[in-house]
Amino acid sequence: MAETATHADQAHHSSTGLSNNKLAMWLFLGSECLLFGGLISTYMLYRGRVITGPRPNAIFDIPFTSVSSFVLLMSSLTMVLAVTSAQRKDDSRTNLWLTVTALLGATFIGGQVYEFTTFYREGLGFTTSLFGSSFYSLTGFHGVHVSLGIILLLSLVGMIKKNKITGNKAEVVELIGLYWHFVDIVWIVIFTLVYLIPS
Amino acid sequence: MAIIERSITTTEAFSVATPSTSLGALKRPVSSTGWKSWLFTVDHKKLGIMYSAAALFFFIVGGLEAVLIRLQLAAPNGKVLNADLYNQMFTMHATTMVFLFAMPMAGAFANYFLPLQIGARDVAFPRLNALSLWLLVVGGLVLNASWFLGGAADGGWFMYAPNSGPIFSPSHGVDFWVLGLQVAGIASLIGSINLIVTVLNMRAPGMSFMKMPVFTWMILVVQFLLVFSLPVITVALVLLMFQRSYGATFFDVSQGADPLLWQHLFWIFGHPEVYVLILPAFGIISEVLPTFARKPLFGYPFVVFSGASIGLVGFGVWAHHMFASGLGPVSVAVFSIATMAIAIPTGVKIFNWLLTMWGGKIWYTSAMKFAIGLVVLFTIGGLSGVTHAVAPSDTQQTDTYYIVAHFHYVLFGGMVFGLFSGFYFWWPKVFGKMLNEKLGSWNFWLMVIGMNLTFGPMHILGLQGQPRRMYVWTEARAGEGFFNLGFWNLVASIGSFILAFGVLMFLINVIHTARKGKQAPADPWDARTLEWLTTNPPKPHNFDRIPVVHHLDEFFHRKYESDPVTHNMRQVATGEELVRAEEAAADAHIHLPSPSYWPLVLAVGVGILGMGIIYGAPIMVVGGAVVLLASYGWALEPSTAEDIDFASPSDGGHTKEIATHG
Repeated sequence: MAETATHADQAHHSSTGLSNNKLAMWLFLGSECLLFGGLISTYMLYRGRVITGPRPNAIFDIPFTSVSSFVLLMSSLTMVLAVTSAQRKDDSRTNLWLTVTALLGATFIGGQVYEFTTFYREGLGFTTSLFGSSFYSLTGFHGVHVSLGIILLLSLVGMIKKNKITGNKAEVVELIGLYWHFVDIVWIVIFTLVYLIPS
Repeated sequence: MAIIERSITTTEAFSVATPSTSLGALKRPVSSTGWKSWLFTVDHKKLGIMYSAAALFFFIVGGLEAVLIRLQLAAPNGKVLNADLYNQMFTMHATTMVFLFAMPMAGAFANYFLPLQIGARDVAFPRLNALSLWLLVVGGLVLNASWFLGGAADGGWFMYAPNSGPIFSPSHGVDFWVLGLQVAGIASLIGSINLIVTVLNMRAPGMSFMKMPVFTWMILVVQFLLVFSLPVITVALVLLMFQRSYGATFFDVSQGADPLLWQHLFWIFGHPEVYVLILPAFGIISEVLPTFARKPLFGYPFVVFSGASIGLVGFGVWAHHMFASGLGPVSVAVFSIATMAIAIPTGVKIFNWLLTMWGGKIWYTSAMKFAIGLVVLFTIGGLSGVTHAVAPSDTQQTDTYYIVAHFHYVLFGGMVFGLFSGFYFWWPKVFGKMLNEKLGSWNFWLMVIGMNLTFGPMHILGLQGQPRRMYVWTEARAGEGFFNLGFWNLVASIGSFILAFGVLMFLINVIHTARKGKQAPADPWDARTLEWLTTNPPKPHNFDRIPVVHHLDEFFHRKYESDPVTHNMRQVATGEELVRAEEAAADAHIHLPSPSYWPLVLAVGVGILGMGIIYGAPIMVVGGAVVLLASYGWALEPSTAEDIDFASPSDGGHTKEIATHG
């Protein structure tokens, strides 16, 4: 009995077999579903309510947003490559793919910034109409999530380089991957509901 | 995240630190005594005690606000508060009681007892646990800071928009309210994820779901409610904040906004919240009643699944708060029926508790009295609740004192009595001393009398049409005879003073016990669950060895065995003997999580960030910098404190590894 409680034992024992970190991440993402659920519902309620300013169909540039959506979806692919590299304990490949993922995410954010500026120039401000407020809140919230993801990815690259990660490195990469995929999936929903379905 | 890290001797912990590089600039806090050991602790027991201290403080604040409300309404043309202050008072009374007393106090019980009940040495994420506490404290301070910075929020606890928008509520009160609740909401969200992972992953070997104590079960259900309802109110709060601070139009009716949006978002959170408040109390008395009736809980699986189904159905009934808003007949019918359906699992629980007591050798301790009080008073509140489920009668009752009567019966008579039952039941476990039973009896009877005198008459007042939130009434319109509003308002006000006096009795009891209370034996109540399989108060590492569980009510079954012939239970060991036996077989290596500065720093940073939304971007930048610093500090802090963070023991008495006792 005496010598059994080593670190490794403690880290791996759990009643469900899932690690604590992963379980917590899934719960957090479950909670996030309702956060975006609330914002999406608000947008769906208000998308057609425009008294002044442009209406949705007048300003959306679907080809442009399709391209940036494609870039974001491709970042999920590179994230998967990062996770498999991490599972093979290949640090340099992991870092490479994490960096590429972050760059693709940054490209998407760049696209969003460009899109927001264009919309603003065309007369859709945050306070212009119910459509404006709810559109910028929903897509802005998503943009903040992507940006946080980029910060996480770059911090992760730094920590892997300096060997600062305690615990299971592959799992840390996988957890951030889970978050990243979630943010991508939310974008698929947003892109469909906000841009593709005509109001 | 390895949580089991640091050995602590059974008598004293390490207290000396030497500089180390494990944090870069700062060395890790390692004190195990003094104020630092509280501020930087990650021990679920210390955090639980601090939760309850904070909650009790806010209970007193909220209680004083209630007394002021009743003083104002005691006589016609009340002069105690003006209309504006009265609005702030009832808003902050409800907000404080719900978010800063009830939730944290249930959180305190959960934090302290949940790991003990499942045979764990701490929660899954000790540092996040500390972060939850400090965020809650910061949220509470932000909320109440409004009193001193231009007036508190005044829109009622559900803060209906557009009334809470910038036009109708121009003071900063609502801004503080929105921010404080967002911060407290993050605290609850983190706490709920933490507790769910703890229950799912850290149960002692052998403890299957159907061997878990009911309190643990109810806390688990509550945390699921929180995980899925908090984000919805966060959306509502964010929308309101964007409107108030940045000119968004979400609730601007002139732009075509829908005034029901806020109501839906709020009550999708708000109704599960009701069960977030009551289920922990149900859990507590499901431990207390069997212990003091000296019988196992009647129909354990029914109690568990009723609790779970209350939680589940609780997500589908929110619109019964909005019957008066004109939802349309189909919605009203659906929500009406769903609401009535919730009475079924609740009724199942009531009958299970009654049958637990039926035929038992009931021991009328203070804890038991409060538990029985809950069963009776909650049932009264539950019955008036069913009358709200009937939409036509609800339309009459909406926004009258009848509603106020209803929810005070379920929340005060139900939840608060459950929490007080928990105080008396678990006080010896937490502090090693018995609360005085005589003062406990005064505490109980004054609270029962006070609460019935305060909230009972409100049924009459409400059915007579006295609207809630009315700051003054006049004799000319008070009516005559038995239904004279003046008489019943006076009774309610007198009752509130008796109630306050009853609560005071508890505080006196606490002080009396701290000074002269008698030492608690190891097992004062002949209890049933695992938290009693350790000393009073528990050691920092909870259990000397992790128990292996074979039964529901494991501790009871270690003390009593069924006689093979007569099938009577006979005692084979005392609780005291069992605790000594665990000490004798203590694990040699016990690692505990290390304290950390970052939870506190991060929480303060979030608070500053929030203030920036009211007072401008420069403050926000400062707050953001603190948050960023703390986040990186947190991420870079090894989850294991390095050995050089601790001085090597010089007196020879303490080594990092405990020698086996005995």
